Amino acid sequence: MSLDPSHTQTPHLGLFVSGLYKSYGPVQVLADASFEVRPGEVVALLGENGAGKSTVSNIIAGSTKPDAGTITWRGKAYSPASPAAAIDAGVGMIHQELKLLPDLSVAENVYVGRLLMRGGRIDRAAMNARASAQLKRLGLEVSPERKVRTLRIAAQQQVEIAKALTLNAELLIFDEPTAALGSEETELLFQQIRKLKAEGMSFIYISHRLDEIAEIADRVVVMRDGRIVARHERADIPVRTVVEQMVGRSVERMFPPLSEPGSETLLEVENLSSPERSFQNVSFSVRAGEILGIAGLIGAGRTELVRAIAGADPISSGSVRVAGNPVHLNGPAAAIKAGVVLVPEDRKAQGVVLDQTIGENLAIGNFDHVAPNGWVLPKAVQKFAEAGIGRLGVKGRPNQAVSKLSGGNQQKVVIAKWISRPPKVFILDEPTRGIDVGARAAIYDVIADLARSGMAVVVVSSDLEEVLGLSHRVLVLSRGRQRGILDRSEASNVAVMELATS
Amino acid sequence: MALSNGASELKAGPGAQAATGAKLTALFAGTMGPLIGLMLLCLALTLTTDTFLTVRNILNVLDQVTVLGIMAIGMTLVILIGGIDLSVGSVLALAAMVMGFVAHPDHLNLGMPAGIVMALVVAGLCGLVSGLLVTVTKLPPFIATLAMMSVARGLANMITDGSQIIGFPDWFTSLSIIRHFGFLSVTVGLMIVLAIIFAIFLNYRATGRSLYAIGGSAEVARLSGIPVKSLTNWVYAICGVLAGLAGIVLAARLDSVQPSSGFGYELDTIAAVVIGGASLSGGVGSIGGTAIGVLIIGVLRNGLNLLGVSPFIQQVVIGVVIALAVATDTWRRRAQ
Repeated sequence: MSLDPSHTQTPHLGLFVSGLYKSYGPVQVLADASFEVRPGEVVALLGENGAGKSTVSNIIAGSTKPDAGTITWRGKAYSPASPAAAIDAGVGMIHQELKLLPDLSVAENVYVGRLLMRGGRIDRAAMNARASAQLKRLGLEVSPERKVRTLRIAAQQQVEIAKALTLNAELLIFDEPTAALGSEETELLFQQIRKLKAEGMSFIYISHRLDEIAEIADRVVVMRDGRIVARHERADIPVRTVVEQMVGRSVERMFPPLSEPGSETLLEVENLSSPERSFQNVSFSVRAGEILGIAGLIGAGRTELVRAIAGADPISSGSVRVAGNPVHLNGPAAAIKAGVVLVPEDRKAQGVVLDQTIGENLAIGNFDHVAPNGWVLPKAVQKFAEAGIGRLGVKGRPNQAVSKLSGGNQQKVVIAKWISRPPKVFILDEPTRGIDVGARAAIYDVIADLARSGMAVVVVSSDLEEVLGLSHRVLVLSRGRQRGILDRSEASNVAVMELATS
Repeated sequence: MALSNGASELKAGPGAQAATGAKLTALFAGTMGPLIGLMLLCLALTLTTDTFLTVRNILNVLDQVTVLGIMAIGMTLVILIGGIDLSVGSVLALAAMVMGFVAHPDHLNLGMPAGIVMALVVAGLCGLVSGLLVTVTKLPPFIATLAMMSVARGLANMITDGSQIIGFPDWFTSLSIIRHFGFLSVTVGLMIVLAIIFAIFLNYRATGRSLYAIGGSAEVARLSGIPVKSLTNWVYAICGVLAGLAGIVLAARLDSVQPSSGFGYELDTIAAVVIGGASLSGGVGSIGGTAIGVLIIGVLRNGLNLLGVSPFIQQVVIGVVIALAVATDTWRRRAQ
């Protein structure tokens, strides 16, 4: 940890942030935030949701104004009035949710707002040529005339970066750039960052994936509750130290101890294939009390596979048996009836109705419980909600809107929806996506408890640590094919990645 | 209809019993704003006219809103699931024409009961087709029902080549005229009964609650095992049947049916539902709210007539009220 950068006054190339404050009404989201980013370095900004990372980035990128504090950028006072002003000054931001126009071409997206003109007409040839040159600089071979919609997420992100490069950005802020990327794509992004760094560009890098930080960052700044709580001069700090600084308390362990699985086989999947070939001929079984992890790169077919097993997507061939009985997979209702439930990948779009209360959310899918004979009894809904809230330790009341809950508590609501049926097979797709590091351990405990209570549990995750830490066995998919099932004893980072990239 | 309940909700302070309070809150969820608006409106009209607050006038208002009220019940269901139905005005006309054609002595002369049943069946089929266009063909509801709006209007005109059918049996027209127990015509009674049935359905039946889930997030509802497609088809079909029923009520009021009737009613209906606090993005709304919305439009028209305001200015006022109602609602939500 270094002291406060008091040498801010000396003119210096680079970014000096000094004493930033920001409040929204009575809520202080930023207090005395100071740090620096030197030319040609990557500074990782870490913290839980609400720690103030986004506020700091938005201030630097010109979309938010601080209440107090100063920023010096390349030796001059810097207080961008708008994102456009920030871009003019050479500061760009790549948002987590990409801000592209999907029905315009790559070149148009790169030059949006400042289309190249010649003689009063748009100079498409020049735009295409220059956009193409920037994309090549990033190592991307894609026609500048292609519609952005037709590109994969990773390629779309490259378009955003190309846009920033054509704007002569000297400082790029990345907000969770790898959240939607697979590991190959992440590696490509890192190569590009290293290359641009060598050319003297600086980066502020926000991520929840702590393993990436050691690989890409030069220094680390940790935030909590709007304050900077630690500055590390190097990035290879133990994960546990960083997590403890982020959550502000000591973390005993992330993963709970696993119980011994039972002997009864609850879920048998045989030669399952999807009509779109997103997965083919997958076979596995899960016993009562067992947690099966499913690992693989983005696009390997993990989500598609578990959605099919839960009846959410159609299958083309194969069979699923639950406790020995074949399930006719013609929709989620049939799967739920057979005892297979899914906690879907995208919590906000597929898991909870954000504008409704916890009680209403829990009632959805449980009308057979809370509405005997089809009459919804408010008392039954209330009681059902209280039971679910109590059992999972959701921090909330039955009549509270789910949108007001933290990500971890929302996820608990999704789990609580199913837990009291009780299901035989519990499938969780990316159970901790977008959930604070400090709150993840609680979700892991819940998952281990599901297994302990005798359910067969399937966990899909892009976070390899999570899969390895939680699972009795790990099934690895690659390009829709099952590459193997590893026992806990043989499942390591390397072993899984070898199969996943095969 | 909903007024007495609403008033008791107002009186129920923080000290009131939680259970009753919760029930009433559920029934009138998000309708406080519109309710206050309606009461202010009534107060203003009571003070500015001597005729507004008379039994006769109030009964007139109820008579005048029956067609709108019955259609608005169906529209509430559709908007609740995040849809929209632009075809209700045309379906109303088609149903009325079918009834006239089947029942009237100058045409098929099969009797009123057969005419009414056929009208409701055709209206229901129109709704079902809209539903299928949404669920199977995956058309956006706006487009599917815009198409149905045109088709139904065309069919209504084809039946008699555009001419009206006049003259129904006395018992039929008296449904909207004779006030039983001194105050209640059959048509007004029908509207009130339907409102109560659907209010209970939406609040206390699992299927009704499922509609809120679908409107909140169709994907969440589907993954939770709710049969989203079939419920969507049902909702559009019911909306069609209710539009047909409104057409029959209108025929009883006018003692005639014409293919041009119900023109523009879809917009009044949507306005009533939205003024009543429903969200066009789905998941929010209630029959209680819609009842208030319908009454606001009815009272406003009635009051402006009593005040001798020209119909052109009435249109302007109603437009302003729609904008105001929804804007207040948006501000309130943002403030929360």
